[in-house]
Amino acid sequence: MTGPVLDVSNLQVTFRARGRSVTALRDVSFTLHPGKTLALVGESGSGKSVSSLAIMGLLPRNGAVAGGEIRYRRPDGKVSDLTALPEQEMRKLRGSSIAMIFQEPMSSLNPLFTIGDQIGEMLLLHSPLDAQARRKRVLEMLELVEIPAAASRLDNYPHELSGGMRQRVMIALALVCNPALLIADEPTTALDVTIQAQILDLMRRLQKEMGMSILFITHDMGVVAEVADDVAVMYAGAIVEQAAVGTLFARPSHPYTRGLLGSIPMPGRPEGKRLVPIPGTVPPLHAMPPGCAFAPRCKRADHACDHPVTLSELEQGHRIACFHPVTQEVEHA
Amino acid sequence: MPEPLLQIRNLSKRFETPRGTVHAVNDVSFDIPRGSITGLVGESGSGKTTLGRSLLRLIEPSEGQTIFDGTDLNRLDKSGLRAARRRMQIIFQDPVSSLNPRLRVRDVIAEGLRAHGIGNARSRRDKVAELLEEVGLSADHMNRFPHEFSGGQRQRIGIARALTLEPEFIVADESVSALDVSIQAQVLNLLLDLRERRNLTMLFIAHDLSVVEYLCDQIVVMYLGRVVEKGPSRPLYRNPSHPYTQALLSAIPMPDPGLERRRTLLKGDIPSPLHPPSGCVFRTRCPKAAEICAAGTPEPVTVGQFHQSYCKRIEGHHATT
Repeated sequence: MTGPVLDVSNLQVTFRARGRSVTALRDVSFTLHPGKTLALVGESGSGKSVSSLAIMGLLPRNGAVAGGEIRYRRPDGKVSDLTALPEQEMRKLRGSSIAMIFQEPMSSLNPLFTIGDQIGEMLLLHSPLDAQARRKRVLEMLELVEIPAAASRLDNYPHELSGGMRQRVMIALALVCNPALLIADEPTTALDVTIQAQILDLMRRLQKEMGMSILFITHDMGVVAEVADDVAVMYAGAIVEQAAVGTLFARPSHPYTRGLLGSIPMPGRPEGKRLVPIPGTVPPLHAMPPGCAFAPRCKRADHACDHPVTLSELEQGHRIACFHPVTQEVEHA
Repeated sequence: MPEPLLQIRNLSKRFETPRGTVHAVNDVSFDIPRGSITGLVGESGSGKTTLGRSLLRLIEPSEGQTIFDGTDLNRLDKSGLRAARRRMQIIFQDPVSSLNPRLRVRDVIAEGLRAHGIGNARSRRDKVAELLEEVGLSADHMNRFPHEFSGGQRQRIGIARALTLEPEFIVADESVSALDVSIQAQVLNLLLDLRERRNLTMLFIAHDLSVVEYLCDQIVVMYLGRVVEKGPSRPLYRNPSHPYTQALLSAIPMPDPGLERRRTLLKGDIPSPLHPPSGCVFRTRCPKAAEICAAGTPEPVTVGQFHQSYCKRIEGHHATT
């Protein structure tokens, strides 16, 4: 039994903007186990994308890790803290053993190079293969991600492909060096729903075949239910609830998680029954309340919620940051 | 169903491009009953946005009729159209980003009143205050600039702006698509409230099928410029009859990890509208396609009350409409 692939503990990220410093991530901790998928779910400003950028060492210039550790276990078993790794070392990991796919493939692919060249470049950087072997490997990858007539696509430019095909190319690019860890940041959000279904299906199959661990970042609870083994729900820069996927949907206990699920117009819900939206909006980073960040929108909030709240265990493997967890059963439609 | 406010008959819109003719909307017919919300769904490239704009003549349709309360909008001259436009409005995905950033909220909302010469400065101001309250904002928001608001609030401003001239018909084009889900639910409920309070008729264009089911009384499904299925929302979601609608609905990710699902995965992408397939436009991706699908456009088949499907492979009563 090996330890987790990724073990993030008490991660703090701050940003400097207009002379003041704001905290974008507060005390974020999670673990990702080998071959599993952990979903980070949250709305705009929750800190889910900042978390992934911090792991990759790709925070923008005005952002910095201000505390905590990101322990990553390499395929050879060696564990390093990515926050303390020199940039040169980090660069070796990125693209080879840690890879990332983004929401909009068009903005991550270089429009001036063919897709064959771009995928081949990863091998040029991270493998000893010669030009001919690289081209062969790239072709295998395009076939693996089910691009039709792959051989004729090698010399295409990104603009010659559809959105779904471009996302497949991104996946091929990310997986060409057999990464142990794949970070997928809203990989299907820009796609139509039938294409999203194809891509999720493909990612599930590849994970099974290649055994990688996936950190899956999304705002869509439906996608979470489909892909995740474990889930961390984020709100305003902190994790508010964490559990195995089955537990989270069966017994969501944080009022925010409840609110999020109550806002989703799930097909087949009873006719005439209104959605129950969460009132108000997320507070801006520079004006966070001193206690629970969700308190101003929460109907269960009282004086206790003016104090800082940390994650504590509600049941085995189910942690929640709330003084007033919701315990009643979920109503099923 | 109540009498239609809008009857769309054989509406088409073609764009000429250097590479050929694009049939963005192709021979589309359906009715929008008064006081109802009709959902227009389809993926990118289905022609739903072009259709929404052709209805209001924001782009000129190539042929067909749009009969609004008995009058064919496509036959109106400029002044006739101007008068009709007061009765219909459109709300965009981000209604505020397309506006002059130097206008204050009160000017953004009152623009229509001024353009039509309605009221004086004072009465327009009162109207703006009243509308802001109605959409869940407050009257003192009127002196601020649109960029000071969050996405959900901007959408409310866009809705208030659309309501100034007391329209009977509103086209909402992806009005909640860019919003976070908790905010989206607020705006959807607002739209339902407004429909009840004002007896509004709406065409709600969206790619999110769950949202459409929640909001709409009737659904029109488009694929590559054509209607493939239309019907009342509940029966259509429970018993989708067209293979495309079936695939579309089965692709929605459901927030229930225990659910066993039979999913119809479609192969490939939507074909180029420059070269749509002959016969049924969906046949190149259809799991049920057969030889007969290549010849001739499918006629509507009645599969339930007010529920029609354009597919040659399904059993039903061939309609005579």
